[in-house]
Amino acid sequence: MPDPTPAAVSSLPERRSFGSLAWRRFLRHKLALIGTGTMVLIIIVALLAPLISPHDPNHVDLMEAREGPSKAHPLGSDVVGRDVLSRLIYGSRVSLSVGLVAVSIYVVIGTILGALAGYFGGWVDMVISRLIDAVLSFPVLMLILVIVGTLGPSIFNIMIVLGLLGWPEVARIVRGQTLSVREELYVLSSEAAGAGSRRIIVKDIIPNILSPIIVNATFGVARAILIEAGLSFLGMGVQPPTASWGNMLNDAQSLSILENMPWMWVPPGMIIFIATISINFMGDGLRDALDPKLN
Amino acid sequence: MRTFILKRIIIALPVILLVTMIMYLIINLAPGDPIDMLVGLEGLSPDEVEQTKISLGLHQPIYVRYVKWLGQMVQGNLGYSFLDQQPVIDRLVERLVPTFSLMIFVIVVSFLVAVPIGVISAVRQYSWVDYLATALAFIGISFPNFFSGLVGIYIFSLTLHWLPTGGLQTVGQTFSLGDGLTHLLLPGLVLALREVGVLVRYTRSSMLDVIRQDYVRTARASGLSEWSVVLGHALRNALLPLISMLGLTIPRLFAGVVIIEQIFQWPGMGRLAIEAILSRDYPVLMGLTLCTAVMVLLGNLLADILYGVADPRIRLTGKR
Repeated sequence: MPDPTPAAVSSLPERRSFGSLAWRRFLRHKLALIGTGTMVLIIIVALLAPLISPHDPNHVDLMEAREGPSKAHPLGSDVVGRDVLSRLIYGSRVSLSVGLVAVSIYVVIGTILGALAGYFGGWVDMVISRLIDAVLSFPVLMLILVIVGTLGPSIFNIMIVLGLLGWPEVARIVRGQTLSVREELYVLSSEAAGAGSRRIIVKDIIPNILSPIIVNATFGVARAILIEAGLSFLGMGVQPPTASWGNMLNDAQSLSILENMPWMWVPPGMIIFIATISINFMGDGLRDALDPKLN
Repeated sequence: MRTFILKRIIIALPVILLVTMIMYLIINLAPGDPIDMLVGLEGLSPDEVEQTKISLGLHQPIYVRYVKWLGQMVQGNLGYSFLDQQPVIDRLVERLVPTFSLMIFVIVVSFLVAVPIGVISAVRQYSWVDYLATALAFIGISFPNFFSGLVGIYIFSLTLHWLPTGGLQTVGQTFSLGDGLTHLLLPGLVLALREVGVLVRYTRSSMLDVIRQDYVRTARASGLSEWSVVLGHALRNALLPLISMLGLTIPRLFAGVVIIEQIFQWPGMGRLAIEAILSRDYPVLMGLTLCTAVMVLLGNLLADILYGVADPRIRLTGKR
């Protein structure tokens, strides 16, 4: 199988200069750089979680429950005495993996369906477009809630459900892009040279429409992290004792905790916000860098 | 116009059929019977379990039950809640009003706030106003709404005591508009925060597109002042794409509503959904599915009709 990454197909000098121009545009976007830096930091923390967290995130100690920040617990302890900072550190693993896995699943599905619809047209396009409309037009959260509620809440189910329901937007973008590049000379010449449609889609079309897919996927990671956090907050997502940023806020539904123990819910809320806004800035920077037409 | 609406409704029917069929399958094939829940509560004998199954119609094969559900649905009967044997339709109707008032408040407020900000942001591109608006938009989009809900309650209810912490109205008081509005304000604004973020970005890029068009340049070249160019020539065309946003707003808003209603104990459809899932109240879940699907499709239809009214270039009877 030939390497389908853009690096492999971008050996033409004109593409390379596009790459370096894009890179320079990205570096000029200060917020995108800050966002990228923050995300790199969060990823490092997630990878090194066992080394840097001060306590076992699941260690219950009722004697030390509901204590404010102290030397032993820099961010305090939760209702059953677990260390908030350690749970925050381990929670980053959950959020990042849900975001990455869910988006990877739906980018693959969306790209394949969109490319098929755009390339073949006709009834293939008809069926896929109707399917896109159907999935786009129902409240996805309702469906997610029902599936998670009936199949049981788990991190695995959330990844799969978000992955299986998120593809229409990508499919729509890829379809439109495919329609516009399929009449390009390099596609026509591949066709004339007798390349199969599979080869043309994988080697000629997809590498040339990667930019909008990458931008959409970046924003998608932020959205997936938010949805996972929301579900876990409702108790329909990642289940305790496993720590997730969302389920750490769950206890704050009680007004007395909300009022008197802000250390339990402010840090996880802030970190979700910081992670999402960082990724969104990255996406904005990527859009500016990869698509110079859009201001 | 009428044929267009009819056509859209006919196209929407298979979607509704597909959505309800998928949901019916998922709900009914999933492990965990509502009977298990009832048995857990009341300790029924096996015979009684069988009886309950028959009385709830759960002994028939799934496709028979789905077709029956469809037949009843067409006649306006959505079945009866497993929990209290109330007609599902009654439970839905009593939850519709709170959710609708929340959604309408959010849509009105967010359009009123976001459109002017987006327009100014585009007209004064790269000015400090633009940067501020963009920063605010990103904060709105990235702020998890359950967190903003909690922060809102913490600041405005628990610390400042300006607004109630939740509920539809003050307990034990007869309903008054003022009291209702104070209860609506916090959940409404929290939900609007995100919508404003999305809409500001959207208005800004739509306006930027239009400003670069030839007819706007012509208007400017003819010596009109900048603001009369913007308001008289550009704005109307820039707002058109926003109308189609309305259709997309409803499903997104519904997602927010589920979480916000939970935090603010707002007795709407979102809370009903959570309650129904936790108690495996299948008929109520199916009713909610149908209701939300219809709402979304109606939203899209409304957006299309408004688009046709606002933009005479689009002939609704023609090909879309």
